[in-house]
Amino acid sequence: MLVLEKNNLTEEIELFASQYDFHRTALMPLLEYIQEKYHHIPDFAQQEVARVLDIHPVEVYGVISFYSFLNDQPKGRNIVRLCRTIICDMAGKCQIEQAIERELGLKFGETSKDQKITLEFTNCLGMCDQGPAMIVNDRVYTKLDPEKACAILKEIK
Amino acid sequence: MKHLKTSRAPISQKAYVPSAPENVDTIGGTVTVQINSKTMTVPFGTTILEACRMSDIYIPTLCAHEDLGIGGHCRLCLVDVEGMRTLQASCAFPITAPLKVKTSTIAVRKARKHIMELLLSEHVGECYACVKNGNCELQDLAKEMGVDSYMFGHDNVSKYPVDRSSYSVIRDMDKCVNCRRCVRTCIDLQEVGCLEAIGRGAETHIDTFMAKPLAEVVCINCGQCINRCPTGALYANDPSDEIWRAIEDPTKHVVIQTAPSPRAAIGEEFGLEPGISLTKELNTAIKRIGFDKVFDTNFTADLTIMEEGTELLTRIKKAVVDGDESVKLPQFTSCSPGWVKYIEHFYPEYLDHLSSAKSPQQMFGTIIKTFYAEQAGIDPKDIVSVALMPCSAKKFECNRPEMDASGYKDVDYGLTAREMAMMIKEAGMKLPSLPKSDFDNPFGLGSGAGLIFGATGGVMEAALRTVYELVTGREVPFEKLRIEAVRGFEGVKQSSVVLENVVPDWSFLEGVELKFIVAHGTANAKKVMELLKAGELYDVHFIEIMACPGGCLGGGGQPVPTNEKIRKARAKAIYAEEETLPVRKSHENSHVAEFYAKFIPEGPCSHKSHELLHTHYTKRGKFIL
Ligand code: SF4
Ligand code: SF4
Ligand code: SF4
Ligand code: FES
Repeated sequence: MLVLEKNNLTEEIELFASQYDFHRTALMPLLEYIQEKYHHIPDFAQQEVARVLDIHPVEVYGVISFYSFLNDQPKGRNIVRLCRTIICDMAGKCQIEQAIERELGLKFGETSKDQKITLEFTNCLGMCDQGPAMIVNDRVYTKLDPEKACAILKEIK
Repeated sequence: MKHLKTSRAPISQKAYVPSAPENVDTIGGTVTVQINSKTMTVPFGTTILEACRMSDIYIPTLCAHEDLGIGGHCRLCLVDVEGMRTLQASCAFPITAPLKVKTSTIAVRKARKHIMELLLSEHVGECYACVKNGNCELQDLAKEMGVDSYMFGHDNVSKYPVDRSSYSVIRDMDKCVNCRRCVRTCIDLQEVGCLEAIGRGAETHIDTFMAKPLAEVVCINCGQCINRCPTGALYANDPSDEIWRAIEDPTKHVVIQTAPSPRAAIGEEFGLEPGISLTKELNTAIKRIGFDKVFDTNFTADLTIMEEGTELLTRIKKAVVDGDESVKLPQFTSCSPGWVKYIEHFYPEYLDHLSSAKSPQQMFGTIIKTFYAEQAGIDPKDIVSVALMPCSAKKFECNRPEMDASGYKDVDYGLTAREMAMMIKEAGMKLPSLPKSDFDNPFGLGSGAGLIFGATGGVMEAALRTVYELVTGREVPFEKLRIEAVRGFEGVKQSSVVLENVVPDWSFLEGVELKFIVAHGTANAKKVMELLKAGELYDVHFIEIMACPGGCLGGGGQPVPTNEKIRKARAKAIYAEEETLPVRKSHENSHVAEFYAKFIPEGPCSHKSHELLHTHYTKRGKFIL
C-alpha cells in the first residue's frame, strides 16, 4: 500500500470511529464499512482499527475470520454466493453450479483475473422454500434455473 | 493507587461476577444450594464449580484456571441442575437462586465422557512422543473418565505445521483442544494480545495475527501461555540436545549458572510439595550430569544491584544537583527480558527510562567469557555457557544480537527449570535424594539480596538495602532487613522511604523521600505505564517490573501447573532460604568487591563496566509488518 493510501485509510478509520466515541462497539460497523469500500480489510487497516479502538490486532483478525462476509484477502468486486445447504442441493444446486462455472470459465472458490467476480458457496440463506438460491453482493435471487442464473451474472459489471 | 481501566478484553472473557452484597449476612447475601445430598449455603454469585470445590466434591475441568476469567469452552464440567433442560457447565454457572445440583448422574458421566472422546477424536498426537507425557491435564482427564477406546475415531493426520519461529515458545496446534487458556492468558492476564481463537465452528483454532509466525508478532516470550496450556500444544524451545552434545565434547568447557527461582521450584518436577528449595542438591545433579562448573546467578544479581543502584543515584544526582532536564526518572529495572520486550513494543518512547544494566543472566554470560576465561586460562571460544532460568524469555534474550560484549555469544543456551528436570531424569537421578554440594569459585555464593530477585519486589528490596546503606551509612530500618512494603502479591505496590542523616557524599539527598513502585505481570506494567504517560509518576524514582505474575518464581519456564497458592509457596521458600544466608546485602558480597578490584577497578557504571555490563534497547513498536 502506498503511504498516501495508508494515510487516507487511517483518517477514514479515525473519522468513522469518532462517531462511536472510539468505543469498541464501533468494531463491526467499522469493519463492514472498510469491507464495502475496499472489498477486503487489509492487515494495515486491521491494525489501525485495533489502535483506534484500543484493542489487539489479533482480536480484529479473529472477528474478521469469524464472519464469512468479511475478508482479509482481496476478492472480486462482485461476490456470488450460491447456497449449498441440503434443500437447495435437492432443488438443483449442482446444475446451477455447473452452468455458472461453464459460463464464467471460473470454478467456485476462485476469483476472475480481472477481479470482477468471486464465486463462493454459502450455507443456508433461509430461502429453502424458494431454492435454489444465491446472493450476488447484497441481492438475493431465488428459484434459479441455469439460464436465469447465467442471465443474472451477465448483468453484473 | 488510582484504578485505571486498561483492560481491553472482551466482556465474554471476563469473569462474570454478579454483584454480591458487601455484607453476606444481609438478606440475599447468601444462597442455599443442594449438591448431591449435601445442602450448603454459599455467597450469592458463587459458581457451582466453586461451591463443589468448597465442599470437596470433585468436578473435572479443562478450560477453567484459577488465574483466568471464566471460559466455559470445554464443557467437561457439566452437571445436572434441576429444572434446566440441558446439562450446565458448572464453571460458568453462578448461583443466584436456590438450586439442586447433581454432579454424577448417568447422563452427566456419559456426556462428559463423550465430550472427552470428541476432543480426542480431533487431537493429533501420541502421548509417548509428547513433551507433556505424564504431566498432561488432557491425558489425566481421559484416564479419569475411563476412556478406553476412541469412540469417535482418532485423527492422525497433521492439520497445522509446528511453529518453531520463536526462540522461546513453540506452538504445535495439532495438540490444541481450543480451551483458550492461552488466549485468556495473553489477552487478560498479560495484556499482550498475540493469540486469539480464529475461524468459526469446526474450523476454530488458536492463531496469531494474520496467522504469522509467533516470532513476527508482538509476543514478549513470557511463556505464561505455556504454563497454563493443559496439553502439549505449547512448550518452550528446548536446547538440551545441544547441551548434551557440548557436555560429551571433550574440547568444550561447559559452565552453568543457576537462578534462584528454578531452585525453589524444580522439586515440584520430582513430586515434592511446592516451596522446597533444592539449591545444593541441584549443584550435585548438575556436576554429575557433566557440567564443568556451576555458578550462582545471585553473584551477578548482586552486580546488577551495584550497577543499577549506582545508575539510579547518578540519575537522581544529575536531576537534583545538576538540574539536567534530559535525565529520565523514574528509572525502570531491566532484569526481566519479557518486560524489556514489552516496553520495546508498547512504550518505545519510554525506553530511556529503562536501566541500561544488563540482566544478571547476561552479565554472567559476559563475565564467564571474559573475566572467568582469563582467570581459568581457558579460551572463551571453547566455553559453552548455559543459564538455568525460570523463564522462557531468557532464551530470546541470550539470542539478542547485541549480547556479545565478550566477543562471543555471551550466553549460549537458556534452559528452563522443566528442561533441567528432564535432563536430570534422563541422567537417571532422583534430585531430592542427592547429597548437597556448593557452588564453584571464583564467584562462590551470592548474597540473600540476589536470591530474592526471584520474587516480585525482590529487586527493589535488594536495591533499597544497598542504596539506603550507601547513602546513609546505616542499614535499612526494618526488622531483619525485611522490607514488607515491597513483598507480597498485590499487583501494583507503591511505597517510599525518607533518607535522613545522610553521609556527606550524598548530602544533596538529605530529607529526600525515595519513592518506588513494584509491579508484576505485564497487565500491571501497563497500568503503571499509563499512569506515567498521564504524568502522575513525575516524583517516583525507581520502578521494578517483572513480566510474570509473581515475578520470576511464576516464570514461563517453571514447573507446570501454576496458581497463586503454588507461587506463594515458592516465594516463601525463597524468603526463608535468604534469611539463612551469611551475607544479605549485595554490596557486602566479598566476591563482588574482589571482582571489581581485579577486573573493573574503576567501579560500577565506569567505562569498562558500561562496555561489559550494560546494554541498549531496540525501539520495536507494535506494528506488525
Ligand atoms: S497433549 Fe497430552 S494427551 Fe495429547 S499427546 Fe501430549 S500427553 Fe498425550
Ligand atoms: S509467551 Fe507471553 S506474550 Fe507470547 S503468546 Fe505466550 S502469553 Fe502471549
Ligand atoms: S494452545 Fe493450549 S492453552 Fe491454548 S487453546 Fe490450545 S490447548 Fe488450550
Ligand atoms: S471447565 Fe467448565 S467449560 Fe471448561
